[in-house]
Amino acid sequence: MNPSFVAREVWEGIRGNFSMVLSIVLVTFVSLSFVSVAALLQIQLGNLKGYWYDKAQIAIYLCNDFESELICPSGAITQTEQIAVTGQLKSSALVPYIDTYYFESQDEAYQRLLDDGGELTAAQYLNPDQLNATYWVSLSDPEKAELVVEAFQSQPGVAAVADQRSYFDPIIGLLNGATLAAGSIATVMLFSAALLTTTTIRLSAFSRRREIGIMRLVGASSASIQLPFILEGLIAALLGGGLAIGLNLFIVENYLTDSLATELAFANFVSATDVFAVAPYVLGLGAILAVLASGISTFRHLRT
Amino acid sequence: MIRLENVTKTYRGAGASALSEVELQIDRGEFVFLVGSSGSGKSSLLRLMLREEKPDSGDLFVLGENLRTLPQRRVASYRRKLGVVFQDFRLLPNKTVYQNIAFALQVIGKSRAFIETSVPDVLRLVGLEDKSSSFPAALSGGEQQRVAIARSLVNRPELLLADEPTGNLDPDNSKEIMGLLSRINLSGTTIVMATHDRGIVDQMQRRVVEMKGGRIVRDAETASYREVPSGSVEIPEDQS
Repeated sequence: MNPSFVAREVWEGIRGNFSMVLSIVLVTFVSLSFVSVAALLQIQLGNLKGYWYDKAQIAIYLCNDFESELICPSGAITQTEQIAVTGQLKSSALVPYIDTYYFESQDEAYQRLLDDGGELTAAQYLNPDQLNATYWVSLSDPEKAELVVEAFQSQPGVAAVADQRSYFDPIIGLLNGATLAAGSIATVMLFSAALLTTTTIRLSAFSRRREIGIMRLVGASSASIQLPFILEGLIAALLGGGLAIGLNLFIVENYLTDSLATELAFANFVSATDVFAVAPYVLGLGAILAVLASGISTFRHLRT
Repeated sequence: MIRLENVTKTYRGAGASALSEVELQIDRGEFVFLVGSSGSGKSSLLRLMLREEKPDSGDLFVLGENLRTLPQRRVASYRRKLGVVFQDFRLLPNKTVYQNIAFALQVIGKSRAFIETSVPDVLRLVGLEDKSSSFPAALSGGEQQRVAIARSLVNRPELLLADEPTGNLDPDNSKEIMGLLSRINLSGTTIVMATHDRGIVDQMQRRVVEMKGGRIVRDAETASYREVPSGSVEIPEDQS
């Protein structure tokens, strides 16, 4: 069919059914906003992990004379025990997971405490003997931390093994929870958007049943009868998707990039680039949904 | 052009068959009246020819296609080969005469150039060239039916199916429409017309196929509505 003819038919469909088409736009807008929020939360999570997990290390704290007997039954680590720990770090079982490691003596630990804390620091109440000598281990694959932690936990002479990643567990939990919430709302909203599109397109087809009747009689193909209706649903969904992306951009630009990100520079927030990266998927999802919903509703009602 | 072989059609929920064991042949260039009371099967027969329905059994050949076996995806292209007009004209009120006719070509993807030459041609044929920018509401019933006929002819079909085309018209307008259909038939288009209008059938003196209870009870060349002129064959009514 002639594109300008199809465009005119679509425009007449939208004009004649304006409030319903507007409702598709709005419901799609809300549902796709939640979809892209969920996606952006996951990107944020990925950013956090990517940024901090690389820096996060595993600390193998060695026994000193001040640890309780439950943890270090034989007191401070002996030289033999320390050699065993080093040997374990170099063992073929762990080498694939370990990127680098270095040893921090009690004195060095004390010095770091002084450097980090300025005047108000625990260092003034402690002396180096009370601190743990530590092996700091950077991993080549942070996801494999469990393995390394387990390998040293019951090693004699080791007081404790700490995975710094665990400090992020609460925030990761929070982000995952928020993703789940946004995703659940998005699912319900998408479902209602699909139902609304189906109903709207059916109404639109009903209000143009004369045209459809004539099209069928003169031998228009089913595809060409359905096309204007599918386009009507598609345009509404893409408008809704465009609004959702616009809203995301607005929030990211005004609340993250401009204010929060400057105050909390370490957090590595999502940016407009991420919104644009998500945009094609959001629009695509809206488009697929609209085409399926309007296709199904017209297929059932317009068949020759 | 049209051949029905032992065609039977029963609608779901209806007790009696709408058509039972119908045999009929219509040749190219004929003008055939389908007559009979309401429920006699005329409309069912037209619906089958339009491929709105499929026969339950028997074969139905129209324009070289077996409509019982014609796959769904080829129905649209089959319908492009025939024209159809109805009692209620079925014009689009928000489109002008020209746009109504052009619509039939636009939806089957005809080029703008084809539309721009065909629509004025067919408007001239039905005598409405000066009404091309009028809306249907501004036309008389006869004029509206002429627009509908123009629309059915614009794609140059070989066969025109007409279901009570004069049913909503006064005698003068009916006469005008029949004159137009005769001219169209003279130019080679086969016409099958279902009608109740005794006066028209009597006046036209064309082939009459009379139906009753889903069967053909009379098939007469150049006949009147009810009479049995000499030379025609009365098909005995089935008593069963």
